[in-house]
Amino acid sequence: MVVFALMIISKSGGLIYNREFHTGLSKLTSNDYLILAGSFHGMHAITSQLSPAPRIPYITPQNNMLAPSPFPNRPTGIEVMESSHFRLQCFQTQTGTKFLLVTEPQQPNVDTMMKKVYELYADYVMKNPFYTVEMPIRCEKFDRGLDGFIKVRG
Amino acid sequence: MSGTPNQGPGLRYPSNKKSIYDRNLNRTKNAELSRAAFAYLFIEMIAYAQRGVSNVGDLEQKLNTQGYPIGLRLLDLLLSRSSNPLASIRPTRILPLLQFIAQTLYRHLFGRPADALEKSSTEPGQYMLFDNEPMVSQYVSLPRELSSLNCAAFVAGVIEGVCDGAGFPTEGVTAHSVGEQEQGKDAKAMWPDKTVFLIKFKPEVLEREEILGRGGG
Repeated sequence: MVVFALMIISKSGGLIYNREFHTGLSKLTSNDYLILAGSFHGMHAITSQLSPAPRIPYITPQNNMLAPSPFPNRPTGIEVMESSHFRLQCFQTQTGTKFLLVTEPQQPNVDTMMKKVYELYADYVMKNPFYTVEMPIRCEKFDRGLDGFIKVRG
Repeated sequence: MSGTPNQGPGLRYPSNKKSIYDRNLNRTKNAELSRAAFAYLFIEMIAYAQRGVSNVGDLEQKLNTQGYPIGLRLLDLLLSRSSNPLASIRPTRILPLLQFIAQTLYRHLFGRPADALEKSSTEPGQYMLFDNEPMVSQYVSLPRELSSLNCAAFVAGVIEGVCDGAGFPTEGVTAHSVGEQEQGKDAKAMWPDKTVFLIKFKPEVLEREEILGRGGG
């Protein structure tokens, strides 16, 4: 069971967090990481345009009573990219932040892992008084939480 | 019927004829609040305290000031809520007051008692209250330029308010992170947020304590 890396991309396409969990990978420079994040952001936007638009929910007297959801059911774009050596899973939050997990191809339960990472992000990044939204994440407790979680899993 | 209530001025009664004065004061069970909601409120409190503040000491002082009125009010609220009529008397000696803070106040605020209470061996009138993982700093990661800040200064303000309200003026209650050198690397790794609240009472409190001790002994 191997998790290679985690990247978090802000809603404007900037890389705000990246972390490698596995040693012995060929190193990317921080500039490469920024380019990678930017290209993925663009590709994700294109693919979400390509995918067919979701059905507009039919308004009936019953569901008319409910308040409209502030988050429309948008097409999601790339969710998984697989190759012979890695699997890249993307999770986009309702506010547009993207989490990318790079794992081994046969890695099970990436969804649960993603959920846990999102939970750590919500707790230790969003609830941190000294974090500014859309800025690079430098939170000691988030790092520590990820370490503990990946170590336990791996 | 129109919606206008058919009542004169004065206290308005809800339909079940019970105003808030008829309800029990003891509603502490199931009265827990969302921790996430507090975390977001605390973010705003810190942002507010950071306005026009140049150094860490001033910031801690501002957080302390925010906590102080809460302590003043909580003292009376908790005493009037206590089910035991003997326990609803204000503490008059230092130890019962500190016990009240470490047990009743801490249970009310954080759902658990404080982790340790010690008397300073070097300075008279100085007491130390330990908290291994303060709830307020649970989600806080400090940036490098503020690494000496301890957000539990807010809790220190609450404690100071309780002490002052009970008639035990202090020379200030301060929150300090317990450093690596004092506890060793392992303890630091286990309780990264371990905090000590230094409570230093004013000389007149100690004087009174001595008189009370003689009279009672």
